Amino acid sequence: MTREVWLALYVFALAVFVGYEVIARVPSALHTPLMSATNAIHGVVLLGAILVAGAATDLTSRILGFVALVFGAANVFGGFAVTERMLDLFRNEKRDRT
Amino acid sequence: MSLDLRETVVNLGYLAATVLFILGLRFLSSPRTARRGNRVAAVGMLIAIVVTLLDADVVSYTLIAIAVPLGAAIGLVAARRVAMTAMPQMVALFNGCGGGAAAAVAVAEWLRSGAAFGPGGSAAVGLGTLIGAISFSGSLVAFGKLQELLPTRPLLFPLQRYVNAAVLLLALGLVAWIASGQGQASSLWLLLATALVLGVAGTAPIGGGDMPVVIAVLNAMTGLATALTGVVLDNEMLLVAGVLVGASGMLLTVLMSRAMNRSLGNVLFSGFGTARASLAAADSTLVARQTTVEDTAVALAYARRVVIVPGYGMAVAQAQHELQAVAESLITRGVEVQYAIHPVAGRMPGHMNVLLAEANVPYERLVEMDQVNQLIPQTDVVLIVGANDVVNPAAREDATSPIYGMPIINADRAQLAIVLKRGMSVGFAGIDNALFYRDKTRMLFGDARKSLQQLLEALKAA
Repeated sequence: MTREVWLALYVFALAVFVGYEVIARVPSALHTPLMSATNAIHGVVLLGAILVAGAATDLTSRILGFVALVFGAANVFGGFAVTERMLDLFRNEKRDRT
Repeated sequence: MSLDLRETVVNLGYLAATVLFILGLRFLSSPRTARRGNRVAAVGMLIAIVVTLLDADVVSYTLIAIAVPLGAAIGLVAARRVAMTAMPQMVALFNGCGGGAAAAVAVAEWLRSGAAFGPGGSAAVGLGTLIGAISFSGSLVAFGKLQELLPTRPLLFPLQRYVNAAVLLLALGLVAWIASGQGQASSLWLLLATALVLGVAGTAPIGGGDMPVVIAVLNAMTGLATALTGVVLDNEMLLVAGVLVGASGMLLTVLMSRAMNRSLGNVLFSGFGTARASLAAADSTLVARQTTVEDTAVALAYARRVVIVPGYGMAVAQAQHELQAVAESLITRGVEVQYAIHPVAGRMPGHMNVLLAEANVPYERLVEMDQVNQLIPQTDVVLIVGANDVVNPAAREDATSPIYGMPIINADRAQLAIVLKRGMSVGFAGIDNALFYRDKTRMLFGDARKSLQQLLEALKAA
């Protein structure tokens, strides 16, 4: 295997640990917003859609690119907006406690 | 900009976005910083999108200029309009979008490049298509069940497991064929179709009560599919962000299964058996005892300790504000009131916390299941508002019950349990509830919101 593939595997392994550790102590009250936020973050696939659609030459690729762009953008923008709305609800609770 | 400079800007942007995503997740796991976390992650996303537009591979902006605002508008409007109660299905839908996008990207890149991939890249195309498409169709089924467009009960047919296993084997065979470099475009299209079938076939047999776990699994899968498109496109940003979501999503899934005292495999592959006849039909001597608003008001007003158990019925009736008003009224009378939150009450973990926070219920008044169960024997009244499966004693007593082994709130052990419910319909798990027929249980039928409004009036008179 090439050096690049190995590097990708290292990145993969490290990112697994970071993803696991970074949320390991989340209280259950935040499970829903956290899931919703990670849901928004995988909308990063929009970047892939931009790269594919921006380079597409034939009709099939263009159609697929278009679908990917709409889906990806809905995932990103909708995902962050919905999470923000959920977290808005926790605002009072925060004020009460501090 | 020169090509070198462009590449540097793009990569610096990706690096910054990666750091912001990780910080965002970190902030999101603490209540004090959660809002900041979401915004930090969103800024990271914005940076990543903007620098990608500078990428040298992007030669035409027409499609992007039309499709991105369109998708963004759909997402934003949906996110704004959706009622808080419908949040879980909204998340399922957005997740499906992500999965569908990942599959489309993998297929499009394969077609565009004329299948010019090494074995690693081809395998990533195959797996990305497979996992992304499963997540897409699986999320749509989850959405349908949560929205109750589809039956929430497990959809089962004879030999289902064997059929599903055969379809899975076919899909994996196609991935291997594509990875070996012999696959044609037709193989990839066939894989896409097979994966779509697999998503439906895998999700349909799972009961509605387990949908929170299913959404978490599908979320992790979309993360993984995104990471695979990163391998396909040689894009580290996609790889890292996808893996982050995949790993954190998997951890969330495990935490949730643990809260239901079941293994993930049990949730995904057992299916909730065939729905059983209702208890009352099996034993005609069982009668549920009805009560009135006035009697309920008196029982609550002269109690020392009251525990409120909210469930999905409260969410549907939008009764959280009325419930909090009743609680406040009791507290001013000197009654000790607590809310008991079951980890899987509602349609998503933490669903009740979100809704009660909307009604300004102070955080200290929410008590988790284990604590509440210790206090229940000294509790005068347990007021169950639209919860069902999470207070079903069958989980403790009936080894044949599909929910046997799930930890519940032991409402049947209090002095009195009053159940606010629309009718005698079964819970989301599709099974009857023995609690409703107990001697110490009273049913107050009606829309939870109306019942609570009347209760508030009656409390003033009591």
